[in-house]
Amino acid sequence: MKSIHILFMSLLLINVAQAQKKFITKKGFTSFYSHSPLEDITAKNHQVLSIIDAETGDIAISILMKSFMFEKLLMQEHFNENYVESDKYPKAFFKGKILQFSTITSGPQTATVEGLLTIHGVSKKIQTEVEITKNDSNILLIGSFPVAVEEYNIKIPSIVIKNIAEVVKIDFTLDHQPYK
Amino acid sequence: MKKLIFLTFLTIGLKGFSQDLFDILENESPETKIITIATFKGTRILNGHSIENSPKKGLVFLISHRFGRINTGIDELYGLDQSNIRFAFEYGVTNDLMLGLGRSSFDKTYDGFFKYKVLKQSTGPNSLPVSVSMFGSAAYRTLKDFDPANEPTASQKMSYTAQILMARKFSPGFSLQVSPTYIHRNSVALTNDPHDILAVGIGNRIKISNRVSINAEYYYTLDQLSSFETTNSIAFGVDIETGGHVFQMILSNSITMIEKSFITESTGDFFGGDIHFGFNISRTFQMGKHKKGKLKK
Repeated sequence: MKSIHILFMSLLLINVAQAQKKFITKKGFTSFYSHSPLEDITAKNHQVLSIIDAETGDIAISILMKSFMFEKLLMQEHFNENYVESDKYPKAFFKGKILQFSTITSGPQTATVEGLLTIHGVSKKIQTEVEITKNDSNILLIGSFPVAVEEYNIKIPSIVIKNIAEVVKIDFTLDHQPYK
Repeated sequence: MKKLIFLTFLTIGLKGFSQDLFDILENESPETKIITIATFKGTRILNGHSIENSPKKGLVFLISHRFGRINTGIDELYGLDQSNIRFAFEYGVTNDLMLGLGRSSFDKTYDGFFKYKVLKQSTGPNSLPVSVSMFGSAAYRTLKDFDPANEPTASQKMSYTAQILMARKFSPGFSLQVSPTYIHRNSVALTNDPHDILAVGIGNRIKISNRVSINAEYYYTLDQLSSFETTNSIAFGVDIETGGHVFQMILSNSITMIEKSFITESTGDFFGGDIHFGFNISRTFQMGKHKKGKLKK
């Protein structure tokens, strides 16, 4: 009887321990920046969801497209209605891995993240460097990478080609806390 | 002991080993309130106002044209010889309040209006099924068709319109609006013409591609003028949107473009061929300083 007790006790502990090994943020930040001869466009999103499995270095990110805030309301409307078609494709996803995660020590350092980025229903493999700060209490990822709009089947009509860049810069800051 | 077993299974259930990271994100996603955008593409459905406003600091230059009747034949180049124009500047004071000033060639009328977004359709927590806007306008007629000895006072040249615009975007491709309308004239042509006219408008938009939609609009007038025979205003059209422009092509039995006029003074029989071709072109200019990107390069 006592051994069963211990078995369940340890199972419970394993569970709790397991739970501690995921890190999550619900208020991650991402922005994109489009530079063109006529106009610079910036949109910010402070509601990015991201989770890291500290056992494996797996990372999953989910971004609600309608949460991107633009300086001009009309741009936001065009972004959702004409370009990313957020009624049809409400979210962007990233599913990937922080490479050699277990060898990363505490303190800011550079790591490589690779995986599948899905925007506008189109998935592309990407690889980018990130600045990672890994502690027991949080995992912070900061980085940026370019996205060629056309690769995700987002068409820019020729009439606004001077207003929108073909390659936009994505910045992100994701401060993950332990997931309970 | 039983408690412990239960607790163990509970935690296994909640945080299973093989649980996909995306499942966790799905469970953790907060319910966000999202305001429905683009119920209509432009600030007009066709002749009448939609619930949409120009954005904050957005200055819209709107040019509207209605040609003569198509059934006037080749002599009038199917109405194209005759032209009515209204041009207007419309400005978004805030994202909810819009002010406009316009001038119509028909009756040489000036008009000023405001439109205020009272309620906005949304999804998520505290969602709302409809959007509601209030619209008010005043029109001042300056056509000198009166007896010079008997000039009407400025007040007698005024007419007013009040509307409650209620719209719902049922799906990304379909929006519907109902617009109860009250129109008041300070002076009328005949004594038995009503000073006050009630009407109700209904309009919709059917999106056929990201940039093109088909619209229809109808105003039913409860009180008719008696000094001349009027008809209810009806319009069909296409919206084409490119960048900051919205281009609307319209077929309507109304020749005028302001509420007090097209709702109560239309005379054409649409299905008898009294159709005016027309268009609205709007260009939005964003006012105010545009900050250059502040992100690190």
